[in-house]
Amino acid sequence: MATVELSFTPLPAHVRTARLIAAAVARRSGVAESLLDEVRLAVGEACSRAVEEHQLHCPAEPVRLALSDIAGRFEVEVTDTSGHGTGSRPGGRGGGDGAGLPAGFGIAVIAGLAEEVEISETPTGTSIRMSWPSAGRPG
Amino acid sequence: MALEDFVDLKLDHHSKDGIEIVDVEGEIDVYTAPRLRELLIELVNNGFYQLVVNMEKVEFLDSTGLGVLVGGLKRVRAHDGSLDLVCTQERILKIFRITGLTKVFGIHDTVDAAIGARKSEK
Repeated sequence: MATVELSFTPLPAHVRTARLIAAAVARRSGVAESLLDEVRLAVGEACSRAVEEHQLHCPAEPVRLALSDIAGRFEVEVTDTSGHGTGSRPGGRGGGDGAGLPAGFGIAVIAGLAEEVEISETPTGTSIRMSWPSAGRPG
Repeated sequence: MALEDFVDLKLDHHSKDGIEIVDVEGEIDVYTAPRLRELLIELVNNGFYQLVVNMEKVEFLDSTGLGVLVGGLKRVRAHDGSLDLVCTQERILKIFRITGLTKVFGIHDTVDAAIGARKSEK
C-alpha cells in the first residue's frame, strides 16, 4: 500500500497541492533536500499532464497520485484514466493557441528530472511512475 | 513559508530605457501561467516588442510556464522584437538547461545587464 494516496478533481489549481504533498512526503521519507525541487517539479509536470488529459476526456474523473517509500526508493505514481495515451492533446504547453511548446514536452522534462521513470499505457489511460533514492524511513 | 504569506503569482510591469520590464513573483505553473500569457499578449498588442521578464522572485516554474515564455518570444520576434530573462536562481535555471532553452533565451543576472545587452545589439 502506498504511504500516501491522493485523488483530486482535475483542476489546475489542485496541481500545486499535489506538489506540496509530494515534497512533504518525500522529505519525510528521507529524500535528500537537494532532490526535493526535482521531486516537486516532476510531480507537478505529471499531474499537469494528467489534469489536461482529464479535462479533455473525462472531467468528472479524479486524477490519482500515490506516494510510497519502498526499499530505499521514494516512488511516485500519477495515474490518469482519460483512456488516451501520452500524446493525445492537440495543442502544446503554454501557448493556448499553439504558440507554446509541443505536446509531450512535460514528459520530456520528467525524464530529465527523475532518477527512474516508467511510463506505461494502461487499459484506462497512462501511468507515470518516478522514483528517487530515500533513507527508507518507515511511513 | 507560512500559508498566509503564500502568493501564487504577482505580475507587474514598467518601462525602463525604452524596454518593458515584466516583474514576476511567485509560482508559474499550469494554474497561474495563463495570467502571464495574457499579460505578454496584452503588451505585444499594445506595441511593446522589447521585453525583459524579471524572474528573480519566481519560486517555481514548470513546462507550462516555459511554454508561455516561448510563446511570448515568438510573438515579439514576429515584430523584430526581443524577450530576455533575468534569473540567477539555480533551481529555475535548471529547467532551462534540461530543456535546452538556455540557447533560446538571453538569460541575465540583472535587469540592467539585460537592458545593456539588448542596447548593445542595436
